[in-house]
Amino acid sequence: MQLEYIGAFDVVLGVLARFWPVWISLVLVMGASFAYKKRLGLYGQLFDSSVGIVGVGICLFWLFTAIFASTVSPFNPLVQIPIMKDALPGAVEPQSGLVYLFGGDKLARDVFSRMVYGSQIVLIIAPAATGFALMVGITLGLPAGYYGGRIDTLLSFLANLVLAFPVILLFYLLVTPGIMETPIPYAMAGLFFLFPIIFFSVLFWTRYKKRPDRLYILMGLTLIVGGWVYAGLVFDADPFRIIHIDPNQLNIFVAVVFASSPGVFRIVRGLVMDIKTRDYVAAAQTRGESPWYIMLWEILPNARGPLIVDACLRIGYTTILLGTLGYFGLGLAPESPDWGTAIKDASRLLRSFIHPALPPTIALMSFVLGLNLLADSLREQSMKD
Amino acid sequence: MLSFILRRLGTMALTMLCLTLVVFFLINLDPNLKKLAISQTEMHTSAEQLENWLVNHGYRQNFFSRYGQWLGIVPKQPVTDPATGKPTRRFSFCNDPVEPTFSGVLQGDFGCSTKFKTTVASKLFPALGATGILMFWVLVVMVPISLLIGILAGMREGSRTDRTLSVASIASTATPEYVSGVIFTVIFASWLGLLNGSAASASRGITFYNFTLPVMTLAIYGIGYIARMTRASMVEVMTQQYIRTARLKGLSFGSVVVKHALRNALIAPFTVIMLQFPWLLTGVVIVEVMFRYQGFGYTLVEAAGNNDIDLLLGCSLVSVFIVLITQLISDVGYAFLNPRIRVQ
Repeated sequence: MQLEYIGAFDVVLGVLARFWPVWISLVLVMGASFAYKKRLGLYGQLFDSSVGIVGVGICLFWLFTAIFASTVSPFNPLVQIPIMKDALPGAVEPQSGLVYLFGGDKLARDVFSRMVYGSQIVLIIAPAATGFALMVGITLGLPAGYYGGRIDTLLSFLANLVLAFPVILLFYLLVTPGIMETPIPYAMAGLFFLFPIIFFSVLFWTRYKKRPDRLYILMGLTLIVGGWVYAGLVFDADPFRIIHIDPNQLNIFVAVVFASSPGVFRIVRGLVMDIKTRDYVAAAQTRGESPWYIMLWEILPNARGPLIVDACLRIGYTTILLGTLGYFGLGLAPESPDWGTAIKDASRLLRSFIHPALPPTIALMSFVLGLNLLADSLREQSMKD
Repeated sequence: MLSFILRRLGTMALTMLCLTLVVFFLINLDPNLKKLAISQTEMHTSAEQLENWLVNHGYRQNFFSRYGQWLGIVPKQPVTDPATGKPTRRFSFCNDPVEPTFSGVLQGDFGCSTKFKTTVASKLFPALGATGILMFWVLVVMVPISLLIGILAGMREGSRTDRTLSVASIASTATPEYVSGVIFTVIFASWLGLLNGSAASASRGITFYNFTLPVMTLAIYGIGYIARMTRASMVEVMTQQYIRTARLKGLSFGSVVVKHALRNALIAPFTVIMLQFPWLLTGVVIVEVMFRYQGFGYTLVEAAGNNDIDLLLGCSLVSVFIVLITQLISDVGYAFLNPRIRVQ
């Protein structure tokens, strides 16, 4: 049976039309942000430069694509329609009449839908893993930079140990099917996921220990929410069955947090060593504030600029790491629609078909580019004051 | 200075010891050993036979004694042949000692590769040589281009050249090797047909035709980063008093840049270039797998995929050594280049 094709112009139009919920949300959010940019602080200042606008735009585009993935994509990313095997872009699927906008891959799945669904995986794992890495890096970097001495020597040695590992080797050792049979990933997850709970507990404790009314509410919330998420992620024992993570995703998650928290640690440590010589820290010390109060409420807020910039860059870097994992077929399921796996599958067949390779590569590149542009203009804006 | 280097070398040895111990532990996890036994024996062997294979090849000895043997501080014991009861070699394809001897990494014996059926040394060092050639060409391409971009961008901060080049370098840092590799292959190999999409033939002889794509792919990711660092350094130098003095005494802009700014602006990128090596190492793995170039990265992936214990240990030792030695060189070199820095 012969497939029918639509022209290149119709393909472009079709792609643009499929993204309609994304365009609407983009226009709404960008328009509102632009109109109220004076009142939005650092985020509003981003809209003063074209680089910032482009960066925010690309990031929001992928965010909304991930949110509306089921509406945007015409097909299920895992379903194979045999007749569409290696179909060229613009081929019409005979039964539903819908179009394989970017063609079909070697397993006859819709490349466009896979690219759209791939954004979901990236936009869940990359920011979350970066968040945990930030928590671990901050909680360990603050005391290392503030106290110095032996604790600094020990923590820095450990951080350098991890940093001396080439990332790829680390992944080959930590993200294997074999290691999931051992308790190692769960032990690491148990350790890493403790850090946010510790961080917020200490944060509220140091601030509100003289005001029990606030303290009890905030500590109670931290422990309940933290414990709930902790039980769901580490032991897969969420009583409400809302938080659930597959063992292989947990493995990836842990490996990515492990690989990127030493970097955060080094940055936080350097910032703290610089900031602790300031007058306001000396003033707090003279007032008799506890060391952890000074670290969390005097030093950390003043280190936020570089940390926000680093977080943006780090989400991009984590996206690249996830792609690397997918490219080497580590951790993620072989039929998973994430961009790295798609690039791996397509790059083996470049000699015969190039169309399955381009959408995931361009998607990954544009998302990381958006984050880097965002980080660059954030840095520029925070340098101004 | 000498005591600084010695202390750093001491830390380096300690780090390598810790890291190899961690790698040794992770590779020798029970599921990994089972995988190795399955791949080394014939199909459909029973669990008992697999266990026998592991015992016969010495994988069931005490963990620390095996690590000591690999390191060369515990004598390597030959295994006894179950049929004859005599001591015999572990693997027939390697020159393992028949008598207990100290034969580990410290003595220069890297062990035995189960995947390639040869000694690790005879597989690893040619691969390192091949990667060395690739790295050399990458550096030859990457360093001049990135320095040039950085200097041109940082020369006049905020100008149109600066904006364009900055966005271009940001774009290049957003392009990991597996993305640029695919895009370049599509453009230069599939559409234009100018270059070869595989570098498998490069191990027999390097030509422009088969070696350009890997070098280009590997260089592009680093170019943006080094260029941005050079730009930042150049911008800082251009605001210094001595540059204003040089301008005010009537020197032309070009000669100020070349004679006064350049030398001071190139100190910071030196560190960055040296610290790029660990990043290049990951890139090398991706590029060598993508373009099928038989180098260090390819060997690493093969070793990891087949759980080739000694070869993977050798690979990790080499890569960790490269990371640490480049850090040391960058610190020492920085102190030499910048007289304002003194190491204690």
